Amino acid sequence: MRRYSAFAIVREALRHHSGWERAWTAPAPKPCYDVIIVGAGGHGLATAYYLGKIHKITNVAVIEKGWLGGGNTGRNTTIIRSNYLQDPSAAIYEKARALYETLSQDLNYNVMFSPRGVIMLAQTEHEVRGYRRTAHANALQGVQTAFISPERVRELCPIIALDGPRYPVLGGLWQARGGTARHDAVAWGYARACSAMGMDIIQQCAVTGIRSRNGQVTGVETTQGAIACARLGIVVAGHSGVLADMAGFRLPIESVALQALVSEPIKPCMDVVVMANTVHGYMSQSDKGEMVIGGGADGYNTYAQRGSFHHIEDTVRALIETFPMISRLKMLRHWGGIVDMTGDRSPIISKTPLGNCFINCGWGTGGFKAIPGSGWAMAELMARGTSDLAGPFALDRFRAGRFIDESVAAGVAH
Amino acid sequence: MLILRCPYCGVHADETELTPGGEAHLTRPGPGASDDDFEGYLFRRRNPRGVHFERWCHTCGCGKWFHAARCTVTHQVFGTYSAQTTEPPGAIIAAIRARRPDWTPT
Ligand SMILES: Cc1cc2nc3c(=O)[nH]c(=O)nc-3n(C[C@H](O)[C@H](O)[C@H](O)COP(=O)(O)OP(=O)(O)OC[C@H]3O[C@@H](n4cnc5c(N)ncnc54)[C@H](O)[C@@H]3O)c2cc1C
Ligand SMILES: [Zn+2]
Repeated sequence: MRRYSAFAIVREALRHHSGWERAWTAPAPKPCYDVIIVGAGGHGLATAYYLGKIHKITNVAVIEKGWLGGGNTGRNTTIIRSNYLQDPSAAIYEKARALYETLSQDLNYNVMFSPRGVIMLAQTEHEVRGYRRTAHANALQGVQTAFISPERVRELCPIIALDGPRYPVLGGLWQARGGTARHDAVAWGYARACSAMGMDIIQQCAVTGIRSRNGQVTGVETTQGAIACARLGIVVAGHSGVLADMAGFRLPIESVALQALVSEPIKPCMDVVVMANTVHGYMSQSDKGEMVIGGGADGYNTYAQRGSFHHIEDTVRALIETFPMISRLKMLRHWGGIVDMTGDRSPIISKTPLGNCFINCGWGTGGFKAIPGSGWAMAELMARGTSDLAGPFALDRFRAGRFIDESVAAGVAH
Repeated sequence: MLILRCPYCGVHADETELTPGGEAHLTRPGPGASDDDFEGYLFRRRNPRGVHFERWCHTCGCGKWFHAARCTVTHQVFGTYSAQTTEPPGAIIAAIRARRPDWTPT
């Protein structure tokens, strides 16, 4: 793999861009791999990357039914933060955030991580108390956050109306090193690095069955034929229930639609991310100038990849009160993704009832921020059989009642 | 927009008038049931990509809970029926079979 650099740009400019290589290869599947990962979203690709980089397992295939990054990874609003409440969450989300800081250098691919700061608005007395508690918890966990006053909120984001009649701003939880990254670039950067280590990324290949013998996984059936493997990782977000069904177990997961929309591009007016969880809305401005807006999730099971329009109306109606200047903006695009919700709003990174079959899912409405940390933990679990980061997120926590309750921190916003 | 007919009051209600209540026909295990049974009842869900039996409440109407059979991929509704039952009635099963010959109840 030829490295990207300033020198490479000059070189290619001088020879009419004839020397750029494909970022990743498009191989036909081999008959057998040490590890197969199902799902080339951020979490699947990051798992493969750290299997190779940290654990030196490179006979790996990542199998994707569509195109890589075409699931939730390419549909999300890219908010990155680690201000959760419980210790296991703080550990894995902060690991991920810290890895994001140097991910572009690590992958030699610009993922455009922009630690511009994230404010979670407190718009009810309840939220004020909740976020003060989170700030204290974060201090103990070594995650840098602070509860800030309405005046400080105005300094950081002048376009907010602080004293809206229905949703006044009473303060906020501020994480200065939170922010955004380019979603596609995260998937592409990991894919390129995996391909460079000799891994096969196989797109347009759906897994249709899982093979096993004596309770141990032996391979998968796909639309490009059967492929054998010693270990299998299922990392398919909203489709986890479908894959679990193939493997013969059920998950504590329901799939629902989550939506987002973007406006026409405008001049820079907001250089932080603002989340307003009471009204299920959040907003940031992309480098192109579009206002990127995320909404609420539907309450019913769906795989339709489009949500109910009344959620968009609710979100926009509430956001206009907090940001009056967006009321004249035209919205350009609006889309949905199928997110995998668990009962405690925390993910599952775990062994499964099928031997040598592992699963990473349940990131629901908020897993983009976790991609590097999740891949790190999943790779460790698959390579070593145990992982301190992944341990608390095991599937058996539901039976044991060891929930990792993040319903406030995760809410519906991110 | 999703529209379901409330089997009690007969209103064709759109989803803003309804509250979704998740998978239908879950049976609470009795005293002495295993942890496994209880975990299944509380948490494990079929979450199918296809025909789903589910609970809805006509919140902004008559206020009653009812059941619906709906496809989670196309949102096609096969029928709605009373919540006073532990399994989908024959007419609903027949309506699903007529439109989805490959479908098998699990
Ligand atoms: C509208 C929206 C906004 C969001 N905003 C944020 C945010 O601001 N911040 C944040 O942190 N998170 C956010 N999220 C959540 C985040 O997008 C997800 O948690 C994360 O991207 C999940 O990544 P993944 O790799 O697990 O799944 P995905 O990216 O969905 O990848 C799973 C892949 O598996 C493939 N697959 C499925 N079935 C099969 C099969 N049978 N065979 C082969 N491949 C298969 C799919 O095609 C898909 O490409 C948002 C989500 C949505 C929908
Ligand atoms: Zn009714």
